[in-house]
Amino acid sequence: MKIIVLVKEVPDTYAPRRLNPETGLLERDGDRVFDEISERALELALSQAEGTGPDPTITALLAGPESAATTLRRALAMGATAAVHLCDEAMLGADLGLTAEALAAAITRAGFDLVIAGDASTDGATGMLPAMLAEHLDVPHLTGLSEVRLGADGVSGVRASDGGTQEVSADYPAVISVTEALPDARLPSFKGIMSAKKKPLETLGLTELGVNPDPLAAPRSILLSVAERAARTGGVTLLTGDDVAQQLADYLIEHGLVRENDHV
Amino acid sequence: MSEFTEGSVLVVLAAPAGLESAAAGLVAAGASIGPVVALVLGPGERAEGDAAAAAELGAGAVLSADPGAQFLGVPAVAAVAAATEAVAPVAVLLSHSLDGRDLAARSAVRLRSPLAADAVGVGRDEEGVTVRHSVYGGDFLVTSAATHGVPVITLRQGAVTERAAAQPLLRRELAVADAGHRAGRVDRVTESVRASSRPELRGAERVVSGGRGLGSAEGFALAEQLADALGAAVGASRAAVDAGFVPAEHQVGQTGVSVSPRLYVALGISGAIQHRAGMQTAKTIVVINSDAAAPLFEIADVGVVGDAFDVVPKLIAALEARGATP
Repeated sequence: MKIIVLVKEVPDTYAPRRLNPETGLLERDGDRVFDEISERALELALSQAEGTGPDPTITALLAGPESAATTLRRALAMGATAAVHLCDEAMLGADLGLTAEALAAAITRAGFDLVIAGDASTDGATGMLPAMLAEHLDVPHLTGLSEVRLGADGVSGVRASDGGTQEVSADYPAVISVTEALPDARLPSFKGIMSAKKKPLETLGLTELGVNPDPLAAPRSILLSVAERAARTGGVTLLTGDDVAQQLADYLIEHGLVRENDHV
Repeated sequence: MSEFTEGSVLVVLAAPAGLESAAAGLVAAGASIGPVVALVLGPGERAEGDAAAAAELGAGAVLSADPGAQFLGVPAVAAVAAATEAVAPVAVLLSHSLDGRDLAARSAVRLRSPLAADAVGVGRDEEGVTVRHSVYGGDFLVTSAATHGVPVITLRQGAVTERAAAQPLLRRELAVADAGHRAGRVDRVTESVRASSRPELRGAERVVSGGRGLGSAEGFALAEQLADALGAAVGASRAAVDAGFVPAEHQVGQTGVSVSPRLYVALGISGAIQHRAGMQTAKTIVVINSDAAAPLFEIADVGVVGDAFDVVPKLIAALEARGATP
């Protein structure tokens, strides 16, 4: 059983994030952390891999700059068997299409029975990548799972859908993504940290994967412009006095914010 | 040569049980860049009615396909691919809903199309279709476009409030060949149980959210009462969800639902960046918090420094007195 967990390094979410007005890319000078949702995805693999059959392997796969190797080492220290680092300057600012194509190529190269990802990263947050990978790999996708059971032949779980809560299942190979409802990740133990140094960490570029980043090779989504939203003007009007509730009710009604004004 | 008008936009509408709530905004967004051909995905026995509803929203032509409810997502991809081939559109538009984004993701890969996610608007310039995104909780506005190919675009629910003019109904069944792709199975569906007739959080016109300041699950009922008085959806900060006051599907923020309602009322929410990222594009923000230093006041339009348990019941009474409650 080969499990691949997609891990991502993201800017710390408790600091404001900024786009560079020149490049339109995320400014990466702040603190970088292991995306919490990726940690939960890895935790799922670590805690349930035994139930999938003999000798399961868990490979952590990450696309990101050289510095992101730290996050892969943490994944190894937590218990992943191996790590693959997709690191190529041509992927700086890659759109979803190129990112999915490159990750799918890396997954195919490593071989897989199950790919586990977070349902949406905290930086890009489009939630698109897991289903894109499933299509590239031509396997079923079960996305947004809030409960998961990894069995010997397949995976089942529970997901919220637009129509209600679904109980879903798929045979391996498959791609799944998980939500924050899954348990928190374990902390790397001292022993884990020591043994991580001996585990394989492979670094790959696009050439080795046969992926062409040339914008003419495949249609891409590109940025035309980036504008920082003007700060809210006017500032806050603080209501004071004994009748603040009345003032607030008047404000809501006068500004057409109550239900009666919906169709005006 | 397509039977459809050149420059058409393919708008994909999910209709598992009637058209999805985002349908009106999707069709209107499509109509802003070209004639709309709607692909309505729903059970065959409802196809006529759903198609009529789509025409009413502004679709000039409607293609009906029934992907069934047995498999997850994959049969619908075949329908989107077949419709794209039939229509030869300038763009494919879907809802950025839970299922819509999976469908868009797989369709974009199958069509070898560029994917633009979570758009807040679409437009056209001399080079083609442009897509507007609101990034990082609305701090940045980004415009993107495809280098070439037909862009697949998901539209944030509730982002487009314009409506298109109704069109006469022109419907046909879309023939979809089963390409034999493996899919996940849907073994059972439990309809969402909603405790009340409150609107859905995504795409809501009004949202009342509660935070840790409400103290307990019992205290959180205050947010629900005001929501009902305003006809609003109920939201919550991550702190309130983590404390177990309310289920996680109510979480507004970077790791929850992003909303841009006309009115956002925050009760007892301090305003961590996490939370602000999911609501600061609201048109009017009202903050009630006993802590005058709460950062959420910085982005509020109207603020009350006071105890929500004192202010909110009086507010509800005042709204009722003016006959402004539903």
